[in-house]
Amino acid sequence: MSGGTSLDNANPQIFERSSARLLVASEEDEDVHDPIDDREIFDLIKSINDPEHPLSLEELNVVEQVRVKVNDAESTVNIEFTPTIPHCSMATLIGLSIKVKLLRSLPDRFKIDVHITPGSHASEDAVNKQLADKERVAAALENSQLLEVVNQCLTVRSI
Amino acid sequence: MTDALVLVERVEAHPDSRCWFVAWNPSGTLLASCGGDRAIRIWGREGDSWKCKSVLEDGHQRAVRKVAWSPCGNYLASASFDATTCIWKKQNDGFEGHENEVKCVAWAASGNLLATCSRDKSVWIWEGQWLDSSPAQSFFFHNYKNHHRGMIMEIISPYLCLTVDEEDEYECVTVKNCHTQDVKHVVWHPTQDLLASASYDNNICIYKEEDDDWECKATLKGHTSTVWSLSFDADGQRLASCSDDRTVKIWKPSPNDDGQGDSSWMCVCTLTGFHTRTVYDVAWCQFTGALATACGDDGVRVFKEDVTAHPDQPTFYLAAHANKAHSQDVNSVAWNPKEAGLLVSCSDNGEIAFWRFQEKD
Repeated sequence: MSGGTSLDNANPQIFERSSARLLVASEEDEDVHDPIDDREIFDLIKSINDPEHPLSLEELNVVEQVRVKVNDAESTVNIEFTPTIPHCSMATLIGLSIKVKLLRSLPDRFKIDVHITPGSHASEDAVNKQLADKERVAAALENSQLLEVVNQCLTVRSI
Repeated sequence: MTDALVLVERVEAHPDSRCWFVAWNPSGTLLASCGGDRAIRIWGREGDSWKCKSVLEDGHQRAVRKVAWSPCGNYLASASFDATTCIWKKQNDGFEGHENEVKCVAWAASGNLLATCSRDKSVWIWEGQWLDSSPAQSFFFHNYKNHHRGMIMEIISPYLCLTVDEEDEYECVTVKNCHTQDVKHVVWHPTQDLLASASYDNNICIYKEEDDDWECKATLKGHTSTVWSLSFDADGQRLASCSDDRTVKIWKPSPNDDGQGDSSWMCVCTLTGFHTRTVYDVAWCQFTGALATACGDDGVRVFKEDVTAHPDQPTFYLAAHANKAHSQDVNSVAWNPKEAGLLVSCSDNGEIAFWRFQEKD
């Protein structure tokens, strides 16, 4: 995406990656029902690549575990993401990537809502409305160019 | 709740895909469903169950968003994200014009007007001749506005066959840009050539022909988010709308509307607090006046009107609720036009489900 063009945010602040999840005994026990929790969802989205920088959304603090809310019993997932700057033109693409990652990873019963952290973006309402519109999301994912960009964000980078 | 929605049958209509929309033919004998798999399926009753009679494939390159039967029942129009609208009859004709995803298509009661709406923010009205009795030989559209060129696609389909006269042209009679965002749905008045459109801009527009041109006569403002669908009641006196704001609104022309000049419509009722996510579709039963909704919370609901309420201040109550009607979002609901109480719904999980609305006396 960058290749010679000017970046929205040339010098973003970089944050540390979280350590690996500590497994507890009950999670390794196949007989125990183990609901999907916030950390599990966070682990799915933290390594999504930023469209502009060779960094993950976690390293840019775009996603944080405290902004992931899962209710396994109600089958709802609510995620807030924080663009690095209030005029970030990539906000919709980042939100779409998060949404697609979860649509591909979670059971179909989940209702996935992805929003911008309130107050963190100039076009917050417009971006939120686009991300909530499943017709627009469906049409976007039938657009091969856009899908390719999303897939690049979702490609696991070798570290 | 007084009444019940009883499941009659559940069918995997668009496996591994999403079913976007369902529409009954005018005689209520066939149901068309369309989906993300780019296919349209035609369903008919065999004994007690519903069977797939035809699959209409290869007409569209991308998802088929909505379908509509012509008033004569001989033609089916389909709207697709591939920016084309197809008319199906033995052979398939498509016409292109929109620059972006076509979201909805609807026939006027007279049968020779067709409306389409699109992501490109416009509503198009097409005029054509569809011969109802004999095998259709002529099919034409002219294009005289905005220099959008029509294009005929000929695709062999096992379903229908239509000879297209290559001399004929498309006639797009008007392109309206009254909305500021993509237009989600268009619906014609049941008897008049009056069109309503719903948009991502939260508004509804009403169009009427005047002095040989189509004018936007009213803009209905009230919803606080995307308006997803619209439905007129049996005699076209009232319009129901449903929205991402989780409400359903009932609109009526103002009593001082003399039919001249700009008309004004007012919201006479808002159904709020019933739906927990986006309401994607609303359908008004032509027989009973029951109002069915399709919701993103997986539910199908039926509302009835309180007959004791003042006509200018109608109230509706929840009469029946199929809580988890489907395992995913419900996208569309449609009442059978001949068989009272027969309701069909479709879902993101690719299923269609047939329901019987049972009213307690």
